[in-house]
Amino acid sequence: MMKAIVNVFLKAGVLDSQGKAVHHALASLHFDNVSNVRVGKQIIFSLDEKEEKKAMADVTKMCEELLANTVIEDYTIELVK
Amino acid sequence: MKVTILQFPGTNCEYDTQNAFKSLGAETEILWHKEESVPSDTDLLVVAGGFSYGDYLRSGAIAKFSPVMKAVINYANNGGKVLGICNGFQVLTEAGLLPGALKRNESLHFLSKHHNLKVVNNDNIFLEKLHNGDVVNVPIAHHDGNYYIDEKGLKELYANNQILLKYCDESGNEKNPNGSVDSIAGVCNKERNVFGLMPHPERAMEKILGSDDGIKMLQGFLEA
Repeated sequence: MMKAIVNVFLKAGVLDSQGKAVHHALASLHFDNVSNVRVGKQIIFSLDEKEEKKAMADVTKMCEELLANTVIEDYTIELVK
Repeated sequence: MKVTILQFPGTNCEYDTQNAFKSLGAETEILWHKEESVPSDTDLLVVAGGFSYGDYLRSGAIAKFSPVMKAVINYANNGGKVLGICNGFQVLTEAGLLPGALKRNESLHFLSKHHNLKVVNNDNIFLEKLHNGDVVNVPIAHHDGNYYIDEKGLKELYANNQILLKYCDESGNEKNPNGSVDSIAGVCNKERNVFGLMPHPERAMEKILGSDDGIKMLQGFLEA
């Protein structure tokens, strides 16, 4: 069994309105040292797979087909044994 | 003229859409998403608005894997006419039948109001009843209506006259409610048989409800 952690964020260059709103809210709490706030989502699941290469290939396919919309989003994959 | 209207779990504009096309004299059928084929006598397939699958993951992202969507993609690839309204537009972009994607509105608010739209290209069956530059008033009701396409894609849209409608004020000057690239409200594919827009022409069919500009828009399909 493996655990897959997928992070999906808007691509750099695609305006992240939620990140901007959170940044403003943090600034209003006087956290003036904050910049580059991005809001994304994390999808976590177990994967019945022993071989890391196969797991990575599967999760990449999942991201390309469903978990991310690659027109606007980038994704990262982390596998934990 | 037969109009087939798709219904996913969470679709909520299928009956308005049916009513609109019925009032224009079309025969209509609502097609549940578990069906695996498009009725063969279909002249226009409409992916209606709503919140398919609760907008989970992304608007339209789950609906694209519904059983009926394979048939819809085949239907479109064989030249069948497809119209996506609101969530239907999101489903068609997710399914790769239309370019671009719909992001969260820039204000982060759900927008529900009448808005003016300018006809940008009437060189297609959808808007051929209208003239370029015409302004129509139609309701918008969306949270994820912020149209995005990269620079290269945008150039292609302009080069192929694929931009159908832009948000504007009553005199036709661009006015952007949701952050869409170049105030784009609706686009079509290169082949001009797949159309998508965020605004709801099916909700603008009677003057007493604020506007009947939807008639001129949807009628284009009936006389094609």
